Amino acid sequence: MSKALYELTIHEALEGMRRKEFSAVELTRSLLERIEQVEDQVKAYLTVTADLALEQAAAADTRRRAGEEAPLLGIPMGIKDVLCTAGVRTTCGSRILENFIPPYTATAVQRLLDAGMVLLGKTNTDEFAMGSSTENSAYFPTRNPWALDRVPGGSSGGSAAAVAAQEAMAALGTDTGGSVRLPASYCGVVGLKPSYGRVSRYGLVAYGSSLDQIGVLAKDVRDAALVLTVMAGHDPHDSTSMPAPTPDYRAALTGDVRGLRIGLPEEYFIVGVQPEVEAAVRRAIDALVDLGAEVRPVSLPNTDQALPVYYLVATAEASANLARFDGVRYGYSAGADSILENYRLSRGRGFGAEVKRRIMLGTYALSAGYYDAYYLKAQQVRTLIKQDFERAFEQVDVIASPVAPTTAFRLGEKTDDPLAMYLSDVFTITLNLAGMCGVSVPCGFDRQGLPIGLQIMGPHLGEEIVLRVAHAYEQATDWRRRQAPLSIEA
Amino acid sequence: MSMTTVARPEETTFELVVGMEVHAQVLTQSKMFCRCATDYQGAPPNTRTCPVCLALPGALPVINRAAVEATIRTGLALNCRINETAVFARKNYTYPDLPKGYQISQYELPLCADGYLEIDLEDGSTKRVRIRRVHLEEDTGRSVHEGGYSYIDLNRAGVPLMEIVTEADIHSPEEAYAYLTRLRATLRALGVSSGDMEKGALRCEPNISVRTLEQKARGEYGVKVEVKNLNSFRSVRNAIAYEMERQIAILRAGGSVEQVNMGWDEERQCTVLQRGKEDAHDYRYFPEPDLPPLRIPREEVERLAATLPELPAAKRNRYEQAWGLRRTEANILSGEAAVARFFEEAVAAYGESDGKPQRLATWMTGELFRLLYADGEGQDLRQIASIKIRPTQFAALLKLVDDKVINPNTGKKVLEIMYVTGEDPQVIVEREGLAMVSDVSAIDEAIAAIFAANPTELARYRAGEEKLFGFFMGQVMRATKGKADPAAAKERLLQLIRG
Ligand SMILES: [Zn+2]
Repeated sequence: MSKALYELTIHEALEGMRRKEFSAVELTRSLLERIEQVEDQVKAYLTVTADLALEQAAAADTRRRAGEEAPLLGIPMGIKDVLCTAGVRTTCGSRILENFIPPYTATAVQRLLDAGMVLLGKTNTDEFAMGSSTENSAYFPTRNPWALDRVPGGSSGGSAAAVAAQEAMAALGTDTGGSVRLPASYCGVVGLKPSYGRVSRYGLVAYGSSLDQIGVLAKDVRDAALVLTVMAGHDPHDSTSMPAPTPDYRAALTGDVRGLRIGLPEEYFIVGVQPEVEAAVRRAIDALVDLGAEVRPVSLPNTDQALPVYYLVATAEASANLARFDGVRYGYSAGADSILENYRLSRGRGFGAEVKRRIMLGTYALSAGYYDAYYLKAQQVRTLIKQDFERAFEQVDVIASPVAPTTAFRLGEKTDDPLAMYLSDVFTITLNLAGMCGVSVPCGFDRQGLPIGLQIMGPHLGEEIVLRVAHAYEQATDWRRRQAPLSIEA
Repeated sequence: MSMTTVARPEETTFELVVGMEVHAQVLTQSKMFCRCATDYQGAPPNTRTCPVCLALPGALPVINRAAVEATIRTGLALNCRINETAVFARKNYTYPDLPKGYQISQYELPLCADGYLEIDLEDGSTKRVRIRRVHLEEDTGRSVHEGGYSYIDLNRAGVPLMEIVTEADIHSPEEAYAYLTRLRATLRALGVSSGDMEKGALRCEPNISVRTLEQKARGEYGVKVEVKNLNSFRSVRNAIAYEMERQIAILRAGGSVEQVNMGWDEERQCTVLQRGKEDAHDYRYFPEPDLPPLRIPREEVERLAATLPELPAAKRNRYEQAWGLRRTEANILSGEAAVARFFEEAVAAYGESDGKPQRLATWMTGELFRLLYADGEGQDLRQIASIKIRPTQFAALLKLVDDKVINPNTGKKVLEIMYVTGEDPQVIVEREGLAMVSDVSAIDEAIAAIFAANPTELARYRAGEEKLFGFFMGQVMRATKGKADPAAAKERLLQLIRG
């Protein structure tokens, strides 16, 4: 029984096009048809660029006929709508940028386009990536393809849902406190968060500048490794991007984890974790042991400080980052008579509740008289959290944990309780604070059929090792073969 | 009317205390954090912009190395410590011409700290004004108000700015003037800033307070008032003098000075309230996460130190000590790099002995500068770099005077022609027939003709009216069209007039 083209992984599709079994245009048409079929249920995209996608696909076919073999030639992908795309509306899930069309393209996206990617559209996100469920999008919530009454996670929920619903072969997300890994876990796909500085942030609309990193949502680890290989590396436009050379991450996928030391942090296996989630993660670790890895307990004692630290650092940076949305040069402008009134109305109407909450929190944390107690203290504790990881990585090669305490929750379940929502990120934000890398890989389902994610964390610039472990585990199991049970109207 | 004898406030002596903040645009090709050109003067609005300086979503700053080097060189010239780690910070405030809603500046760990600049006082002594810090930041855009609308031009947004902050070491309006003059000369000598205040490339904001001697003894300060909107060194001096009097008057009347920002009204020559203390900003500084801390290796500082030119103060001392110049001319000629270059090249051609440099200096600051000032755009001595006269030609002119080929008055006329045509002085003297007449027979001939034409005056002189000698001397010079050697003419006249 042959698969529909939209069901293929990137590697399968590249192989198919190489063998001239189908063209990039046919592949793209298949994805666009799939979007047509399921998008009403999933609502993963804020903008679908069908015409542009077919143009780019035709151009990819021309390049291929001319003998070119770019790494993503003709591969249709979705891009989270916080990444600037020249000529294509970029809203950040916010009313304030409803009609904003950037004149330039984010470096990471440009590298994918140069490698032949076909842009299917811009995926839904919590407003300015602030959220854990994609319900903070000013436009509409995205639904989890595995259970349409549940959230896909956030903030890269549109990208995760698009990949899970096979509306994109892969998608870019951004991860400031778990925003790639959490939706990957909830949607049963692979989510890779590279180390801080591994991928250029130029053109990523900033939320928490010292935490933001562009990541990949993909159907399997190999695809994620390929996309990272294409977009990683130093960018002269981003002074925080690392000069370290970029390997071909696929070469790290040896399947061999013998003798590899996996750390289990006691702080991540705590009361409050859904028992099925803990059981699935422990089974996954057993599977890695069966493959020859060793398990050691490690301690990350400052883990319980991570949430408050994150909500001080990220919001402080956000309060400044979002000051540029003033209704003067671009975006929504209320058209009031005085400049002060125009600031007040443009920002008051343009931003949603969660964005305003974080701007206020961050402004407060930086205010005279509070800076030392909040922002400065948070930065000091952040250093301690980072040192926890550095010490742990002296003893182990990777650290394994659940991605989130639970599986996907219901739409609306936590929208009135910001703190409960924030707790979804408790196992993922530590890595952002430490600047290190991690991957979420599917490791089972709960009784309701909702996906569970295994988090593999690695040291700074340790992408090869986390991808190797995730890949070995993935290949030893069958989780990736399950598909979200979307009903398709004939 | 009471005749009280207790110490009256109107008799209290006050000390003026001024700290100076100077913002100087750094001369670089491109802006502080993007590649846009800095030639915004006169450019059509918003044509020197890009995603970074327009603060488009997602754009990131990248540090301009040239601006950092210029600032370090300035710090070295101002005897500062160069920090091994310098940190950029966000200064948050809201204004339409500040596109990001924050200015990237420096707060803790500026590039340079703890230096001093030596200035000359009127009594001939020198004094050190301590420099607290020199840091680097970005300029804002400009708001243009026209026809009831406000427009934003972001061409200037992101142009590199150095902020140079002194300690409260300035105690008179004249010291402030001297500080600014020496600072600008230093910046220009380094080539790091044009220092043009009228073009906004240099902006001064003095913090002004006064205190009683008792407060001074206790190490206390008065309440500071910051004055903005000053567009010349003269207005800085006048504003400080005005504020000092205003504050002293308030205190003498038993009132208290409020901590406010004042603006300078150039027309009315007074300060006016701009912003009260209640509007004081909380800038919420925090380290700029988009720019990692800047590491400045010692070798880099040493390399930059080796590029420092001779600074105006050192030049001035050399002119005085090696060439015997007077303080006045030494200061003027050393204060502007282009002027110093002209002067030194002229000295090289003219000679260093027999008071020649001073003679040259007198001619330059007197005759040449008179022509410069009368020409072009006002009193800007930097125009000397583009005049037609070359230093060697200027030296040649003085040699013609020394060699009595022409007399000094003719020399001034020749200089005027040189200024217009750029010709060699010898060429002008020859063409115009201006060579001095020292031939005795020609002078005697002229004297005889004058005596014949003025018998009455001659008789009166011979009768004892000696002051008429000047009349005859003038007649001789006129008869020879000013070309007569004055010494020879005088000698012949003295001899012949006695009859
Ligand atoms: Zn620019």
